[in-house]
Parts: sequence; C-alpha cells; structure tokens
Amino acid sequence: MAIATATQAASEDKELLISGSEAVAEALVLVDLDVVTAYPIRPYDTVMQAIAKKIANGQLVAEYIVAEGEHSQFEIVKHASTVGARVFCGSSGVGWMYAMECLVVTPPLRVPMVALVGNRALDDPGAFGVEHNDALVVRDLGWMLCWIDTSQEALDTTLIAYRVAEDRRIFLPLAISADGAFLTHSQAITLVPPKEKVDRFLPRYDRGDLLLHPDNPITVAPQANEDWVIEIRRQNDEAMKRAVGVIEEAYADFRRIFGRGPENPWFEEYMAEDADVILIGMGTISLPLKVAIRELRAKGKKVGLIRLRWFRPFPFERLAQALGRAKAIGVIDRDYSFGSPFHSGVVANEIRAAMYNADTRPPLLSFICGLGGREVMLEDVYKAVDMCYAAATAGKSDSKTHWLGVRE
Amino acid sequence: MAETTFTNATQVLEPFRGIKKVTIEEYFTSGHRTCQGCESALVMKLMVKAAGPRTIVLGSTGCMYVANTTYYTTPWVVPWMHTQLGSSGSAALGTAAGLKVLMRKGKMKAEPINVIAFCGDGGGADMGLGAISATMTHKEYNSLILLYDNESYANTDIQLSGMTPYGAHTTFSPPGKAKRIIHTRWKKNMAGMMAAGHPESRYVATVCASYAVEMMNKVRRALSIGGPTFIHSLDPCPKGWDYDPMLSHELGELAIETGIFPLYEVEDGVVKYYGKTKAIVEGRPRKPVREYLLKQGRFAHFTEEDLSYFQEKVDEQWEKWEIPGVVPFRKLDAAQAALNVK
Repeated sequence: MAIATATQAASEDKELLISGSEAVAEALVLVDLDVVTAYPIRPYDTVMQAIAKKIANGQLVAEYIVAEGEHSQFEIVKHASTVGARVFCGSSGVGWMYAMECLVVTPPLRVPMVALVGNRALDDPGAFGVEHNDALVVRDLGWMLCWIDTSQEALDTTLIAYRVAEDRRIFLPLAISADGAFLTHSQAITLVPPKEKVDRFLPRYDRGDLLLHPDNPITVAPQANEDWVIEIRRQNDEAMKRAVGVIEEAYADFRRIFGRGPENPWFEEYMAEDADVILIGMGTISLPLKVAIRELRAKGKKVGLIRLRWFRPFPFERLAQALGRAKAIGVIDRDYSFGSPFHSGVVANEIRAAMYNADTRPPLLSFICGLGGREVMLEDVYKAVDMCYAAATAGKSDSKTHWLGVRE
Repeated sequence: MAETTFTNATQVLEPFRGIKKVTIEEYFTSGHRTCQGCESALVMKLMVKAAGPRTIVLGSTGCMYVANTTYYTTPWVVPWMHTQLGSSGSAALGTAAGLKVLMRKGKMKAEPINVIAFCGDGGGADMGLGAISATMTHKEYNSLILLYDNESYANTDIQLSGMTPYGAHTTFSPPGKAKRIIHTRWKKNMAGMMAAGHPESRYVATVCASYAVEMMNKVRRALSIGGPTFIHSLDPCPKGWDYDPMLSHELGELAIETGIFPLYEVEDGVVKYYGKTKAIVEGRPRKPVREYLLKQGRFAHFTEEDLSYFQEKVDEQWEKWEIPGVVPFRKLDAAQAALNVK
C-alpha cells in the first residue's frame, strides 16, 4: 500500500537526494517560515546551513538571525512567535541544555515553536554521536516530542509539526528529534510535495486573542504566584491531552492530501503483529534492529519491532495493547537515567509504567546500547533477543538493565 | 510569499518642548505594587508615556516585573510581556523581527510599532549583557533597550550586581568585623560600553528621572532614530540604598551634581552632555561625593579613607578620561610615548 501511494504522488512530488536536516529545510520553505534563529553546534546545525542557503537564493523569505548563544536563539523566536510569526529553531546536546531556561518557559507561554534536536551525547566527555538524553530533558515540561527515522519522515513530520503545534486547541512547542549523523547527515531519496498541497494541509498561524500587538493590548506572563500557577499548569496538561486527538486528525489529513504517511501516527510496527518477542526503540536504531529481525525470522524466530515515533504525548494505551500480545518485550534505550528504577533508560521505565494497568503484562527486559553514537551490532541484538526468549520461557523479567556492546 | 514594499520606518516622535507640552495620557497606570519612593516605577511610567500607545513593552525579570506586573492588577495599558532575566536583548530582537517579517510579507498591516525591552542592572549589565550586545549590532531591527539601574538585585533582597557602587552594603556584601568592604569592584560603565562597542547603534543615552522631560525626550529620540538603541537610567532605590523615600529625586540630582553619574547621549558617534553634567564638563565644580554617599545607609560603614577612594575614582573619570564620563581611555603623554619608542 505504501508503494502504491508513493507512485501516485510521484507525478506531483519532486524527488531529491537529501539528508534528514535538508529535508527539514525543504519543509520549512513549504510552510513559509517567518523567523529562524541559528547557532552552531553539531549535528543539528546542518539544517541551519540549508536554510541559510535557501534564504540566500531567494527560495524563502524569512528573518534569519544568527544568535550569540542558544539561550538567545530560543528566546528570539519565542518572542517572534508571540507577535504572530511562524518560527523555527533547533539545537543539539549541550546547546539544547544552554537554552534550557527558554525551553522551560515556552510551553506555559503557549508558543507553538517547532524545533529540531539533532540528538547528540551530552558533554563531558565530548562526543558528536547520538544519545537521546538531550531532547528527553524536556519530557515533563509541555514540549511535544517525536523521533524520526528517515529523510522522508523528517520532511513529513515537520509539516505535521506546524499543523499540530499551531492548532489553537494545543499551542505547545514541538521538538522533532533526529539521530545525529545517522539521520541529520545521511542522504536518501525524498519526495518533496508541491506547495499547493501544503497550503491545503496547513492553515496560517493565527495567534488570535493571544497576539501581542497594540490592537490587542494584553499583558503576557505577569507574576501569578500561588494564586494561579496550578490552574495554568492544569491548562498545559489539558492541552497535552488534547494533542492526542489533534495528532491523529493531522495524520489522517496528511494521508488524505499527500497520499502517504502512516495510519498509526504513534509508532511503526515491523513484523510485530505475530511476534513472540517485540523489541522497542526510537529513531534510526530501527535499521540494525530490522536487519536482525529479518535474519532471526529466517531462522524461525518470531521477533518484531515497535519503533516509537511519539514520546510526548506518550501513546501508553495503544502501546499496552500492542505489547500485550507478545511473550516478552525488549526495550532498547539510546539514553540513560542514572539511579532510576531498575537503573533503566527512560523509555523502558515509561513502558513499564504504561503496562502497569494492562490486562496482560509480558516480561519486560531493559537494554541500553549505542550511546555516544556507537554502532549497534547484530550480535548485540541477537544477545538481547536470546535474553527475551529466556524471560518468555521463565515467564518473568529479570529486573536488571543490560548494557550491550560495552567493554567491561 | 512575495515581499511587499516595506520601509522599516520608525514613528516620528518630536521632543516635548517643556513640561506643559507633555501628553496627559498615561500607559502605565495603577496596579503596580512597587515601594514608596520607587524611582524605577516612575521611569516605567515616563518611558511609555514618551513612547505612546503604538508600543510593545517587554520586561525582563526584576523589580519591574515581580513587584510591578501582577496577574489581574497589571498597570500596563500597552501590550506587555515578560521575558527571562537575561533576555531583554533577545526579546527586543525577536519581537522586532517578528513584526518586521509579517509586515514585509504582507501578513500584518504595515505601521511603525515601537518595541521597548527593559531590564534591571542585574538582568542587563550582568546576565543579559551578551544578548543586549548582540541586539545592538542588528541595525535592521528597530528597538530600544532601557536599563533601569537601581544598583542591586533589588527584588530578591538587595544583592550586589555588577552595577553596585564600590563598597556598598548589600545582603551579599555586608560589612563585618574582619572586613569592612566586601564589594571591591568598581561599577561597569554600561552606556559607554554600549556606545563604544557597537559602532552601528545610532543612539545611546543616559537618563535620570529627576530630569523627567529630558528623560522622555531621550526615549522619543531613541525610538525615532531606530535601529537598536540603548538608554541607561540611574534609579535611586529607597529600599536598596537605605534612605527616606522622599529623597529619591534629590539623590538623583546629587548623583549627577557629584559627577558620579553623567547625563549624556551619543548620537551617530557624537557625544552631547546634558544639564548639570554639561556644566561640569565646562568647568563648574562638582559637589563632593560624600554629600551623596552619606545620605544613604548602604555607605554608613564608610570611613574617611573609603570616601577619599571613591572621590579619587570619580575625579579620575572627569580629569583623566579621554572623553570625560564616557570613555575611560587616556592618550599616552609625551614622556611615556618617548619611552615606548625606545
């Protein structure tokens, strides 16, 4: 089905060989971006290089500001958004951390900023490679978070991101995570739709009664203290809950207009339908996992993959449903959460929590691998799958977290 | 989207010719909760009165946010938004850029809208210095950054900032038995730094609300000239400086008459002195700094030695600086130059 719709669309779509970052930049031209701020840090900065070129060539008319640090980078677009501009920003690793104060204030201000996080290991020691801890630090703050896997998904998700974030029912910022190097710098054939289709899909950003303008002289973010803060937190919570429906609506519309895109926005299922063991991961780790799964299937082992796209809002009900039918679950984190329950990664504990009220709770094993951009080897995956089978036979989890591919 | 014919024009705000010509409309009214005698609240009122109704104000964290702008009792008649402590520069830049692009692309009715971001001395001269500096180089965006300087982090209990005068008693620099002076740094020369360090900013000025019409006219000048502009306002603070609130205006006057705080503007690179400062530059004697310092409890622990040190530093700024009160460089004297040649 995916192949059929792609062929259908091909007549109008432009085919380009581009990286994940370049695909995001293509989408930003299509959404007629207004203000963008850049600051260099690898690997996300490739998107800013691509945008700068597009502005220089006249493909995009936007204010392009090179800030003097990530804090300013995020504050500038935050303020531009409050006067009605469609904005884009992004960062990686410790750069994202440098902007932390601004990341905190953006959701309660109901600023629908879209950002690209080129996932990168946090300092120290220095490493350019991928870890998901950078983006994950905002998981509790009202940012919508998703992880992408291909250039095509980068472009499509950027279009969807503006549609969701700028929906008046939501008005929350959204960060798209792309694995550093593996996606930000890797090229693939990508379909770029015509602008006319994008205009049908994405309405203009309308800030409405929240617009900061002399015709609408409001006071934004006064000192509220205990009189009102809990109510404001509750409003954010409600917006995040509403995001579930708005995301599903957006993906359905996307499929209708562009003729591609997943039916299930929340996660990709790869041979998971009949699987005894389901592996779970986010981002480009899907590639080695899929290769391993095909090899294992050839040997008669029924293994499948769930690649999580959306982390916030977290699709806990659908996940519990999809995972309940497996005999064992293996969660592979490309992140860490030192001192957490079972000393697991972040995703494993989110899934444990999601499964707590489920009718069937298969044994869950937790793995950490690929930190700092280390390649995930097939042998590591086979080892993890073997452990999952053992847990399935035993009928219980081992309450440990297994680090794969580490020199001990 | 295609670009429209957008001019990036500013509002034309002619100076008020005397106090009786000042507009009666207020855009900062009741609702604020600042202390009795708060000069900074007056600065807010005069600033936005000078700017007029087609203005957006961004306020970074500090007294003029926390004490001044409370939910349900906002004093702001014009649109107002909070920004983070170190973000006044970014707030000005982002707001100006947002307005500009929407007008350029025909998404918003084109009209000149004033953008003013204010910051305290902590937010502006300490934490937000980098962001303000960056904004001061973006000549294509019209904005004014106003630093209201009450010489401490006055909202959080009076802690010293990079703008607190030498030796002042703050909660982070209390005089004690072993050490009389904890705060040994000399205050930053903020307006001079802004003017000297950002050659494409067309307007930098210092003001004091004790001279209200002059202050408003400098705000109007900054907004009319456009590009990034900067105004530094010295604001006596009864709570932080420890004096009777009725003396706020008098202390402002004394700061200028003693030569501690000069009133000037730098427009297109040309320095122009104002009022009593002008008289000082022309040779009129300055009042001794002790007349100013000893009226304030924060200097109550000063000995004669401290007062002399303070006086010497102020003398230096008038007698030795290349541009008195503004730029602290000195020309090499002839004897020194001869030594250097060798």
